[in-house]
Amino acid sequence: MNKLKKDILALLQTNARLTEQEIADRLQSQPETVAALIKEMEHDGLILGYTVVVSPDVEKDQVRAIIEVQVQPERDAGFDNFARALAKFPEVSAVHLVSGRYDLHLEVVGNSLQDVAAFVASQLACQDGVKSTATLFLLKKYKEAGIEFEKEEKYERLNFTP
Amino acid sequence: MKDSTSPHNWVAEHIAVLPKSGIRDFFELVNSMTDVVSLGIGEPDFATPWHIREATIYALHRGFTHYTSNLGDLRLRKAIVNYAQQNFGVSYSPETECIVTVGVSEGLDILMRSILNPGDEVLYHEPCYVSYAPTIRMTHAVPVAVQTREEKNFVLDIADLEAKVTARTKALLLNYPNNPTGAGLTAADKQALADFVQRHDLLLISDEIYEELSYVPRSASIAALPGMKERTVVLNGMSKAFAMTGYRLGYAMGPAMIIDAMMKVHQYSMLCAPVLSQAAALEALRKGSVARESMRQEYEQRRNVIVKRLNEMGLRCFLPHGAFYVFPCIQGTGLNSYEFAMQLLQQKKVAVVPGTAFGPSGEGFVRCSYAAKMEDIETAMSRMQEFLTGK
Repeated sequence: MNKLKKDILALLQTNARLTEQEIADRLQSQPETVAALIKEMEHDGLILGYTVVVSPDVEKDQVRAIIEVQVQPERDAGFDNFARALAKFPEVSAVHLVSGRYDLHLEVVGNSLQDVAAFVASQLACQDGVKSTATLFLLKKYKEAGIEFEKEEKYERLNFTP
Repeated sequence: MKDSTSPHNWVAEHIAVLPKSGIRDFFELVNSMTDVVSLGIGEPDFATPWHIREATIYALHRGFTHYTSNLGDLRLRKAIVNYAQQNFGVSYSPETECIVTVGVSEGLDILMRSILNPGDEVLYHEPCYVSYAPTIRMTHAVPVAVQTREEKNFVLDIADLEAKVTARTKALLLNYPNNPTGAGLTAADKQALADFVQRHDLLLISDEIYEELSYVPRSASIAALPGMKERTVVLNGMSKAFAMTGYRLGYAMGPAMIIDAMMKVHQYSMLCAPVLSQAAALEALRKGSVARESMRQEYEQRRNVIVKRLNEMGLRCFLPHGAFYVFPCIQGTGLNSYEFAMQLLQQKKVAVVPGTAFGPSGEGFVRCSYAAKMEDIETAMSRMQEFLTGK
């Protein structure tokens, strides 16, 4: 990937709402070039989507949990088939294969504790190959996507210094 | 007998004649206003990277609260010379060729006091940082300003230097990347300046506080050129590259004879730089390169935006090589620097610094700092555009 593409991606990863003009000005490029490269990266599957980071207030009616899953891996496929199948559930917002004492790390969203519990009990734990699960409900969000939710107190700086 | 009705004048003559900044009232006006979008700030807007602040707290927990060696904690001096070797390509001895100071400001002060006899002359470029001439005057030496010009992108011209050098000239003081112009030196510029100081047997003082905030490929340090290390003192510090202005921590590197003399002045006036700041600097030099680079990249993008916008609105300026300042020409408005800055402040609540704050040759220019958030820069640019079109 060329440097301009990398720089565009880095900017979009901090703020996906930057306009093509703004990106071009920051990177000493032209808006048409930036637009074309973004299109290209979307087409090539380097950019898969755009999302928004919201305040916990917006999600106060949602329950989020991390679920650690131990799985019996399959010959040849390892954990892939299982992980792909779990990713299909709309309740599952993220799936990672991790090192350590369990195998898959899931992030699950539901409307209530019961929702999440029901998903674990009736959809996840009963799948063939699942050896165990542990559900960790998220209680409070402090930082997401590099953004701190409680801003540091504004530090004082003089308005004018030589 | 003295007139008992007028108060005794206790102030030394050479201090009494030091001019206060000509724009002091402007400074005070801006600092008294609360709703100003300020491009007038000469320090990073970033908070000090957390790991550096955390290291400061840890040092406090450990009771790291006593004097250090006059030269500064040896671990820190070792880290400084390592950093200089890696980043600037110059080698110094941590034992004899490096001293930790209270910012570059103190470094410059004790250096001047160490090398200058009354009547000695020091060449320096103008526009420049506000302390240069006063620091020289306070040693009873003579500051000799050499103008730099917009058409040369504010790089010193050797012919102009030749015109000002005399038998009393002792040193040349440089600050590139430059406050207030953002100018930088190419390898060829550095060689020409090195030839000049060697030709006239001068000491070179290189204030490199903005060196790490460079947006063009950096050439070798002027101190690394043949014959230069023995006649160069490099001043640098943590303030700009690591957003640590309030820590007040700098360093000087140069010939052992000069560092030893500086140590004497430092010992009797300052004793040592604050120990907590030394601990923080050690952390920054060892582990701060990621945070430093991410701030540098952000400054670079802001530079691109502000330079484009200023040129589009007719305030001509070149693309600065470094620091976080841009120095647009405002002569086309028919206003002088002070009037421009004052009217912009009063009408649009945007603060920029009149170029004359940096010496008379700054007339016709203003300094805009891009050590401000991108949205503040964009707001300021829109308001300046309105100001110019009379909206």
